[in-house]
Amino acid sequence: MSDHILLPEGSIEKLSTTLNLGPTHPATHGVFQNILELDGERILKSTSTVGYIHRAFEKLAERRPLYQITPLTDRLNYCSSPINNMGWHITCERLFGITLPKRVDYLRIIIMELSRISDHLICNSIVGVDSGAFSGFLYLMQFRELIYEIYEEVCGSRLTTNIGRIGGFERNFTKTAFEKLDKFLAEYPAQLKEFENLFTRNRIFMDRTIGCGAISAERALNYGFTGPNLRAAGVDYDVRVHTPYSSYEDFQFSIPVGKTGDCYDRFLVRNEEMWQSLSLINQAYSKVKEFKGADAEVFHADAPAYYLPEKKDVYTKMEALIYHFKIIMGETDIPVGELYSSVEAGNGELGFYLISDGGRTPYRLHFRRPCFIYYQAFEELVKGGMLSDAVITMSSLNLIAGELDA
Amino acid sequence: MSLTNELVQQKLIDKFGDQLADWVQPYGMLTFTAPKELNLKVLQFLYDDTELKFQFLTDLQAVHYPHNKGAELAVVYHLHNLTDNIRLRFKVFTDITNPDVYSATALYSSANYMERETYDFFGINFTGHPNLIRILNVEEMDYFPMRKEFPLEDQTRIDKDDEMFGR
Repeated sequence: MSDHILLPEGSIEKLSTTLNLGPTHPATHGVFQNILELDGERILKSTSTVGYIHRAFEKLAERRPLYQITPLTDRLNYCSSPINNMGWHITCERLFGITLPKRVDYLRIIIMELSRISDHLICNSIVGVDSGAFSGFLYLMQFRELIYEIYEEVCGSRLTTNIGRIGGFERNFTKTAFEKLDKFLAEYPAQLKEFENLFTRNRIFMDRTIGCGAISAERALNYGFTGPNLRAAGVDYDVRVHTPYSSYEDFQFSIPVGKTGDCYDRFLVRNEEMWQSLSLINQAYSKVKEFKGADAEVFHADAPAYYLPEKKDVYTKMEALIYHFKIIMGETDIPVGELYSSVEAGNGELGFYLISDGGRTPYRLHFRRPCFIYYQAFEELVKGGMLSDAVITMSSLNLIAGELDA
Repeated sequence: MSLTNELVQQKLIDKFGDQLADWVQPYGMLTFTAPKELNLKVLQFLYDDTELKFQFLTDLQAVHYPHNKGAELAVVYHLHNLTDNIRLRFKVFTDITNPDVYSATALYSSANYMERETYDFFGINFTGHPNLIRILNVEEMDYFPMRKEFPLEDQTRIDKDDEMFGR
């Protein structure tokens, strides 16, 4: 800056260029804006604006019975909606004090890890796209399609899944669901390996990402980073290990950590997490197969007061009709209490702070959205870097507009 | 490893005495209330103490209790000690006519957006915040929508004729 010739006072020209990156820009992958102050291609200052798709979920939740809040959570991080849904179900189950049968927990783990894979897969292949390598994206995208087909088989929808219910799943996994899962488990590792071959030791990709958007562990913690972005900086914090939920403690898996917290480490951590998720799915799947007889048909907890019964039971069974009516009309007794419960979502710790006053709706519900909290570091991450690095940093942070704005 | 809720509570009582109140442990999380002038002191103590080490701000938000006269708004902090893996929640109540609370941004960079969000929805005025402006709502908004005096629209109303949405 100092070797520029200063312009006279009141001149319409200025030394730096202002560039709006977003709200709608092919490189932002979502609706949020960054006002960049540029000196040539170097970023002097960045100002973030969020809130373009704010939908007042917390206010809406204050009017809805608990089971109607699940569709709201879908729309937070829509790349991994099932984790959000499960997180909300788990919060409600903790409030009610329901424990689930092991089979339901394992089925949930299968679904959650599948969605973690679909989340990381998008993020990592998008990092590739933004650095100019498009083919990896197409290689992996077909497997996201397969994951979505599994969701579809389990709950009937694909992107905003609304999967499961408080207390379990709405129906048992069908044979087709397991066949599709078999197909996925058989074919995905080879494809992921090929994706890694394309990227991990690729000189161009390494030069492009190493040292770009780096953050130290101290700064990352101070900025409230969680999830892969924090682990890439070298802190082994994972909610699945620290506060196990849904029987994660029954499984063997490791938490990959990086060292420098740059785009390359974030990429590596996410890739390794996909391998760990695959291993978790395999373990959970083999445990699910071990259930025999009546146990193999269990797909929900025995908690009739809270679990919305199957529709065919509602039409044929007296008790089911009563409970259906009570749950739908919000006549169930909900414990009074205040609870913070969190799960490890695709981007980090997704927390639900729920205050219940015993009424039919929450008194207050707050979503701790990991994306919203770590996005504020973006200004610091890109400062002094190149414009093209800002784009790649943004995609490797996996910013999801739905999660930013709630 | 050996840090328990009781130990944390004891250390806090040793330091602040009976200024901290309402000790409860709903669903296993230690919860207490501090006077609003003390919020930074408590945060700083929890951060600096060599045994407590609550150095991760998990979450910060507010709750509105309209019937709690004189202390309508509560700011709720969720802290996490990552080494001993223990969580803690503490609340600071403030009067709605004078909702000034000290900002935690000097201690936690992550508090920046969270406090802006809390200001945006509840109107809590965080003194010392570097950039306390609305974050999710439009800047022209002149009320704080998450307060309880703004109920959602009654879904059964029939006086509206909206051809687009068929109500």
